Amino acid sequence: MEQLIQQVASGLANGAIYACLALALVMIFVSTDHINFAQGEMAMFSAYLCWQLLEWGVTVWIALPAVAMLSFLIGVSIERVILRPLHNAPLLSVVVVFIGLLTIFHSLAGAIWGHTIKEFASPFPKVTFAGSGYIGPHQIGMIVVTLLLLLALFAFFRFTPLGLAMRAAAQNPTSARLAGVRVDWMLALGWGLAAAIGAVAGSLVAPAVYLEPNMMASILLYGFAGALVGGISSPGGAVAGGFIVGVLENLIAYFGNLLEKASGFYLIGNGEKLSVALIIVITVLTLKPSGLFGHVTVKRV
Amino acid sequence: MAALLQVEGLKAYYGQTQALHDVSFALEPGGITTLLGANGAGKSTTLRAICGMVRTEGSIKFDGRPINGKATEDVVRLGVGHVPEGRGTFTNLSVEENLRVAAYTRSDKAATRRDLDRVFEYFPILKERVQQQAGTLSGGEQQMLAISRALMLGPRLMLLDEPSFGLAPLIVQEIFRIMRRINDEAKVSMLLVEQNAALALDLADHAYVLETGRVVMSGKSSVVKSDEAIRKSYLGY
Repeated sequence: MEQLIQQVASGLANGAIYACLALALVMIFVSTDHINFAQGEMAMFSAYLCWQLLEWGVTVWIALPAVAMLSFLIGVSIERVILRPLHNAPLLSVVVVFIGLLTIFHSLAGAIWGHTIKEFASPFPKVTFAGSGYIGPHQIGMIVVTLLLLLALFAFFRFTPLGLAMRAAAQNPTSARLAGVRVDWMLALGWGLAAAIGAVAGSLVAPAVYLEPNMMASILLYGFAGALVGGISSPGGAVAGGFIVGVLENLIAYFGNLLEKASGFYLIGNGEKLSVALIIVITVLTLKPSGLFGHVTVKRV
Repeated sequence: MAALLQVEGLKAYYGQTQALHDVSFALEPGGITTLLGANGAGKSTTLRAICGMVRTEGSIKFDGRPINGKATEDVVRLGVGHVPEGRGTFTNLSVEENLRVAAYTRSDKAATRRDLDRVFEYFPILKERVQQQAGTLSGGEQQMLAISRALMLGPRLMLLDEPSFGLAPLIVQEIFRIMRRINDEAKVSMLLVEQNAALALDLADHAYVLETGRVVMSGKSSVVKSDEAIRKSYLGY
């Protein structure tokens, strides 16, 4: 039983990272209808930037917001400079650009910081408390930060004129323009937000998985699974989806282990966690393409 | 009086296809002008050209300032409220959010507040449904919302693209009555595109008739209305 709680708790903590990444994917998807395959590498690059600041002696609570802001600017610039000329390009061209970005960030991080694994200190104090046998301070930190991020985004979209303009631009670009909204800038803003959220995700996951250029490869897949499970068009759904995927992968491995212990039959274990994510993606795409919380868009013909 | 909107030798293109060949007209400030013509004559395209939504050549001047080639949002910010074909509702946003988006560019909060009150006075039904998701409104209510969105910009000129389309006659009457009031009280000039020529000529004081992307005739509404030859050949009633 204790082990089960532990698995759920660490699943929630992993889920928090998937949720962040899923959230970043959703930011770009709702405004441009594109899935940014480079999201993970961008987050990894931001984590390196954060690490560099820490190495230079900046305290983490300054470094993290600074990197989030810097990543925001990088995201905006990518949209304005690289994707802007492709606004009317076919989908395949955009996909190729995403893959190009992925490679560029990957190589850039390797070229600047090397490919050896680096340790990344957790920003959260190492304290013991009741229940710390089940879940560590860093894991709680990840969950709390993710939930705060979601809350802040919710408030931004729900209560600020700029957030409203972004929603309007995403939903009906033509009408948004007729209301005077600069739709192109709203897309860039979506990219900036996604990059900033990714920066937070990268910097939070780095202490758990160690910093290296490949660290986001599998995490992006989980994030993608989370976004799909929750509904790629809904920020809240994406976060819920991220948590669901995090817990699910742990539970499946846990029950797989139990099964092996009880019957000696090996069906599934820790090694198959990533396959579980893929199976989730395929199942959701087959059975409920718009996700658990996404809304189905009905077109009148 | 200088024209509020002056269009000269306007050509417009959808890709390679030329939709407007040579459209010229002028709008007096404070008036209601209507563009009439058959399907495909270029009425909607003319409105879209004014708002920079299609590629154009020629001259468009709003309040003496050239606006052709400008981005849609920049034209809108000068005070042009475009009520688009198909109403352009933000279906997933509430009625209130629809109206707030429209006021996004305005910094004068008091004037915005005043315009919101005025919108609710014109269309009380929208006040009742203010929290409702706009996609669930009826066609007539969505048309009212579209006009209200344009009003929330605080425009000097409203471009109306077939406001009667697909609506029951009683609703259309109601909407046209309010449009008359908006023109009288808020001093908003209007350029109205309509299939229903009889209706448009009743509201407008000036009319232009388009045929295959050209202005073929123009005149006071009362004159156009009473000219049987024009009515039969161009307006079909």
